[in-house]
Order: sequence, then structure tokens, then C-alpha cells
Amino acid sequence: MNEITDLLIIGAGPAGMAAALAAAPSGARIVLLDDNPLPGGQIWRDGPQANLPGKARRLRDQLRACANVRCHAGTRVIACATDKTLLVEDAERGWQITYDRLILCTGARELLLPFPGWTLPGVTGAGGLQALIKGGLPVRGERLVIAGSGPLLLASAATAKQHGAQVLRIAEQASRANVLGFATQLPRWPGKFFQSFSLFDHHYRTDTHVLEALGRERLEGVRLQQQGKTIELACDRLACGFGLIPNTQLGQVLGCALEGRALAVDAWQATSRREHYAAGECTGFGGSELALVEGAIAGHAAVGHTAAAQRLWSRRARWQGFAQALNKAFALDARLKTLARADTLVCRCEDVSYGELAGHENWREAKLASRCGMGACQGRVCGAALEHLFGWTTPTPRPPFSPARIGSLLSLEETPPT
Amino acid sequence: MSQGLVADVIVIGAGIIGAACARALAQRGLKVLVLDAGWHGATAAGMGHLLVLDDNAAELALSQYSLQRWRELAPALPEGCAWRNNGTLWLAANAEEMAVAHSKYLNLLAHGEACELIGHATLRQREPELREGLEGGLLIKGDGILYAPAAARWMLDAANIRQQRARVSEVDGHRVRLDDGRWLSAEAVVLANGIQATELCPELPIEPKKGHLLITDRYPATVTHTLVELGYVTSAHNASGPSVACNIQPRPTGQLFIGASRQFGSLDPQVEGWMLAKMLKRAVDYMPGLAQLNGIRAWTGFRAASPDGLPLVGQHPQRQGLWLAVGHEGLGVTTAPATADLLVAQLFNETSPLAPQAYLPQRFLGEPVYA
Amino acid sequence: MPEVFLDGRPLSVANGTSVAAALALGADGCSRTSISGQRRAPLCGMGICQECRVMIDGYRRLACQTVCRDGMQVQTLP
Repeated sequence: MNEITDLLIIGAGPAGMAAALAAAPSGARIVLLDDNPLPGGQIWRDGPQANLPGKARRLRDQLRACANVRCHAGTRVIACATDKTLLVEDAERGWQITYDRLILCTGARELLLPFPGWTLPGVTGAGGLQALIKGGLPVRGERLVIAGSGPLLLASAATAKQHGAQVLRIAEQASRANVLGFATQLPRWPGKFFQSFSLFDHHYRTDTHVLEALGRERLEGVRLQQQGKTIELACDRLACGFGLIPNTQLGQVLGCALEGRALAVDAWQATSRREHYAAGECTGFGGSELALVEGAIAGHAAVGHTAAAQRLWSRRARWQGFAQALNKAFALDARLKTLARADTLVCRCEDVSYGELAGHENWREAKLASRCGMGACQGRVCGAALEHLFGWTTPTPRPPFSPARIGSLLSLEETPPT
Repeated sequence: MSQGLVADVIVIGAGIIGAACARALAQRGLKVLVLDAGWHGATAAGMGHLLVLDDNAAELALSQYSLQRWRELAPALPEGCAWRNNGTLWLAANAEEMAVAHSKYLNLLAHGEACELIGHATLRQREPELREGLEGGLLIKGDGILYAPAAARWMLDAANIRQQRARVSEVDGHRVRLDDGRWLSAEAVVLANGIQATELCPELPIEPKKGHLLITDRYPATVTHTLVELGYVTSAHNASGPSVACNIQPRPTGQLFIGASRQFGSLDPQVEGWMLAKMLKRAVDYMPGLAQLNGIRAWTGFRAASPDGLPLVGQHPQRQGLWLAVGHEGLGVTTAPATADLLVAQLFNETSPLAPQAYLPQRFLGEPVYA
Repeated sequence: MPEVFLDGRPLSVANGTSVAAALALGADGCSRTSISGQRRAPLCGMGICQECRVMIDGYRRLACQTVCRDGMQVQTLP
């Protein structure tokens, strides 16, 4: 089975939706894919306990009204079948999509760093907890500690509180100076400035990071380094994430160059590969406003509406300023690289400990010696952690790009070599 | 050790062959330096299937002897080597293949190999995931599986063995030149670096044979024996074009390891989707339920194939001081101990535990030019 | 309100509830046991970490990315 489209957009978060809406008036056939159950990405993740902002609802409604945009939710890209044809699968079937132009809006994932006890049930990412709550996870009456870094901690805390959780502490590793410095700049972006008030929480502490998650069978408490002192808090959940890292795997497979850890793009959101664009968090973390404008630029550029794209450049520049301020303020302290003990697991899929990994020269050596990265997450969690801890870069992924049914992979046979 | 020599023996290649040779030499008291460029060859990529193959008498002798040596070594292997004696079950899809199974059975029995002919009803009892309608099979009980990278590492972790990350750019008898320009000398050099061997000795008749592999998520207790189609013997070994054969190995982790494919004339390590799919289709033909399982990783590897399917083990007939242990194709892990024993016997001028003629390099390279 | 079965036990959930949430609503929230014997529960919540792998109607799927449907059979991994 083969689906043919003019424009394929991977990811239906703010960037992907904006791209689709920008490109739709051209009349081009547009396919929009997302691997989550509903469109919206992470920040606009929908679910029974989600509180979708008005803007998100409007964009979703507008998309639904576009006759030339077809949206496939719950769908992942699992292989490249041939040039400009991808193999995708959802819960029911696998099929191929042939495209003329592509926009990668694959977003970002949380950086999850290992620390003692992080594998206990009850420990999640910070964005992870927010996503789970939106999907219906009950937290009423539960005592929460939220830790790590970035504004996501506050957003996650807000969601948790809205659903009846008791947030005991928000442990931000960045220094007070850095966070204040960032906060004083917020009036440059009034929307964010006002938003910050609703997110303010008096349990927020800077210069504070997690040391250990405590408990035997599941989480019972956390030990924190709080502004120079070690403290312990009994709690039911620890939501810990150290900022966001771009999902560049598919871009790399398609031959798009990286800049630092993100997909490199030019003023038109074009990648290094012709007819392939990228927008949103996968080109660098910057929040939903930046993602929206980048997505719109990419959408316009992909259908040749250069003037419309160019008109958005100044708005993008504004939000790039926000992104720069964000990334600078919440840069990670070096002490977070030494939280793991020798017996702390780093690879959760294959249960490989820090002690088994330290001392190897690179990712490949470590992988072969320990099986780290050979599991189902394909190195997305452990690889990102080890890149942060040791500077090990992970190679370009091979297919399948995520665990995929063998039945879906069979349809690659329909594309023998030319 | 004489002056100016870095070791008694330099071994090029730290894969399973190099490791086995180094270990055997070290156990004889020799100082061994193992050089490896760090590229991870067939040992890292392969299935670690330990099996007797009887395409010809020499292959049977080599694999049978070597498998016996693995069984002797097994109790000493650490858990990470994941040694299991789970047998190979050769599958016959029709009466013709069943006849092949039967003659294999007789041949192997005559050579003292424990095996069992299995009819179609018993087959489905033993392996309920196999499709209906298979004729039967042959179970070879002494076969097994091994995680070869761990085994190689364990073998190299010995007194008398020194390892060095280095790329060898030239071989001149008993000395080698590294790519930093330095020459290292020993009493002997052993070439055990798989498909890279032809970079140092272009005269070697070694061809890379690309193979694809895929491993699934964990589905414990799905399959017991390593399942290989008998069509493997006919189709895969004799084909010159790309070919696939059903090969399903249950890992101790509960994952299923799926092979096998063969392509000549390519050194491109990329996974080719059409080839992967062809291989998976063949496996699904034998085990329909595979289609519902998740594959989590796919990769390729290159077997070092020789023209007659047997390795080259022994002195290089033209280059004095250089010894060869290459060309093992899909039997590298199986025949590593035997290769080491053959090599050591020749180096020490002792009676070989196994008739060495069929594996001598001179069968391709010509008679020795030196004494 | 769809009714799902968690390791055989029925549970009614609100429309749109993820299987990950259902595991917490109806059981201890755990999805699988790691290879060294630790119980694990969803970590990233967005389909990346693979900790929430469970069997859903005979297929290995991610609980955090799957919405509960009426009659769904969910098996946590032992």
C-alpha cells in the first residue's frame, strides 16, 4: 500500500500544525503524521486531564477543516523504503508514503540523567509526568517533588496541582542568579511574562538538584542537595527532567546536517538536503511560540511562498531571543554528571550500570562490551545521557527507527534496488 | 623473546579467530601482542551459532572437532558469553528436504553426533510456533549458541596477551607496519582479520559476503532450538546472487535473532530495506507469528568467504613468518578453537589434532617457496 | 466509559484515558519487569523510553501512547 503526497510533515505539534496550515492554502496534498494518539505534540498533548489552550484548539479545528490535509495520528516512521518514500506504521498496519517535499517537526525529548534510584516506579520525567497526567494518571493527594531544570518544571508542577497533587518542592539546578536574570528579561515577551505569574510556586528552589531517589520497591522519598544542604523529603512521585534535547534521528537518517545537537536550517527552515525542511524543537529548543513561527515559515517555503515566509522572519527573531535567554539561563551544572554511582543503571533496557560503562572509549565500544543501547529504546535514553556525561556521540540510526512489527517491515520488499 | 621483538607472536585481529589463536599461543607460554583497528567485524555482527555442518567431510571434521572443544571450554565461560547448548533443528518443508534430513542424520550418526529425526507431528509439539505443513526436521543436539564478542574478550584477557588498538598497514613476513609508520617484529605474525585480510595480502581469495540480521524485543519461551531451513543448504550456499534462508535463534534474553541473508560484491554496511524484508519474509513463512513481534534492531555484517567454504589455516606459502587464520565465512565462531589448535600444532611442528591438509593456504596460494 | 482488562481484571476508565494511566488507576502502575528483576513503570510519558511496554490485544505496545478502548486486553510483562 502506497500513499502519495506533495508535502509530508512529520510531527503534529505546534511546528507541524503551523506548517500544515501555512502550506494548505496552496492546495498541495499534505500528509501530517504524529506518533502520539492525538495531534498537538507534547506541549499541547490532549487527553482526559489535559487543558488545551484556546490557540491549540483553534489550530486543530482549522486543520480538520482543510480538505487537502490528511492527518495520521498514532503513526511512526520506521524505515526509508527508497528515495523520498518512508515506511510508516500505526497500530493496525504498515504502509509507504511517497513525498515530494518533507518538513521535519520531530520535536524534542527530555534529557533524563541517571541518579541512584531513578529506575524506581514513581520516578518519571518532568514533562513525562505532565504527559502522563494529561492521559489520565491520577495524582490527587500524592506528594510530588519536581526536579531537574527549565521552565518545564513549573509547567509540570502546575498541571499536577490542577489535578490535586501536593507539590512539595520544585528543585531547579540553575543558580538563583541565572533564573532571576532570565526572569528579569521576561517582559521582552509579555505573554511569557504574564504566564510566569501563574506558574510561580513558593516551593521553587534554585541551586537545588536531586541526589537520590529513595525506596525499595517503589519511590518513597528523595534526597536533594538544596542550596548547599542535603535534605530528604518523603514523597510519592519524583518528576525529574534536565531540559529538552532535539529529536534529530530521522533528520540524520535522511542526510540532514546537524548544528550542535539540533538539525541545521537556514532562513527558510531548509535543511542541508534539498526539499527537506525542519522546524520547531528539533532545530533547537525554544518553546511553542518559536515552533509555531518556524513551522509557518517552513510551510510557506515548502510550497514556494517565499514572501509569506519572509514576512515571519522578524517574529522568529523575537522568539529566537527568548530561546537564547532560556538556554543560557538553564544550562546544566557540571555536578549533574556525577550523580550516578558505579551500580546506578544507565541503560534501563538492558540494565547496564554506570560502572560497566565508564572507561570505555566511545559509544560503540561500550555498546559491544555491555549491550548498552541494544535495547528497545535504541539508545534514545541512555545515549543522550552518555552524550551528556562523557561526550559520546551516537551514530546515525539504522532501520527500524523505533520498534516495529515485523509484519510492517515485510512491505519493504516491494522496493527492490534500482 | 629476542631483542627487538615486541612479542613472540603478533596476531592481527581481535575477533573470535584472533582471540582463540592468541589464547592458544599464550597457553603455550608465548608472549602475544594482539593488534586490532577497532572496526568490529564479523564477530561483533554475527549470530554466534555453534553448529556442525556436513556439506563435505572436511567441514564436518572441522566443525565437529571445534564444537567439542567449545563444550570443553563452556564451564569456564563467564555468564556474559551466554553459552547455551540448545541444539539446531533443521527444518524440512517437503519430502525432498526430508530426504536430505534423513541422509544428514545417517551421516552425522555415523560420525558419532547425537541427533534425532523428527516427524511433522512431533515437530509442532517441540516448536509450536512453526507453521503447519512442514514435513519434519533433524535435531542436532550438540549444537549451541554463544555471544561471541564476550567470548573473544574473555579469551584475550589472559596473562601473556597484550592488546593494542592499532591499524596494520603492511605485513612483511614476521613483521608488520602500523599506520603511524612504526615496524613491529615478532617470531611470527598471524593474520586473523577477516575481510580486511585482503588489504594486507591481496593474493588471498577472500570475498566479503554481506549478511543482514534483525533482533526482536523479548518474547521468552517462544522458540527452543535454533531453527534453520534445510533449503539453507541448497539455496544459500549454492546461490551466486542475493539469497535468504530462514534462521531463527532464541537468545537467552528471550529475544529472537533472525537471519540469514547473503550478498556478494558489496562492502556497503547500510541495511538494505528490500533485503531485510526478503529475509524476514522467509522467516515468517516458517513461523507466521513472527509477523506480530516487534523488531528492535537490524544491522549487517560481512563474512569472509573462501572459494571452497573452508578457512585458510597455516603458513603463508610465499611469505615466511606470516601465518593465516582467515576465510571462515559463517563458521568463524564455531571453528575458532579448532583453528587455534591447527595453527598451534603447525607453529610448534606437532601432530595436528585434526588432519590439516584441507585447510592449508597452499591449496589456493601454491606450494611453499621456502623450507 | 471504556472497560479494559488489566492482567484479567476489569477497569472502567474515562474516555481517552491512556493505558499507562489505567495501570495506575487499576493496579500499581507498573508495566514490566527489567532483566535484573526490577519492576518498572512509565518514565518519559511520550513513547520514547520503552519502559511502559505491555501486551495489548496480543501485540507489544507502549501503554503511554495507547488510548483505552472498550474490551482491550492489557497484559503487563512479567
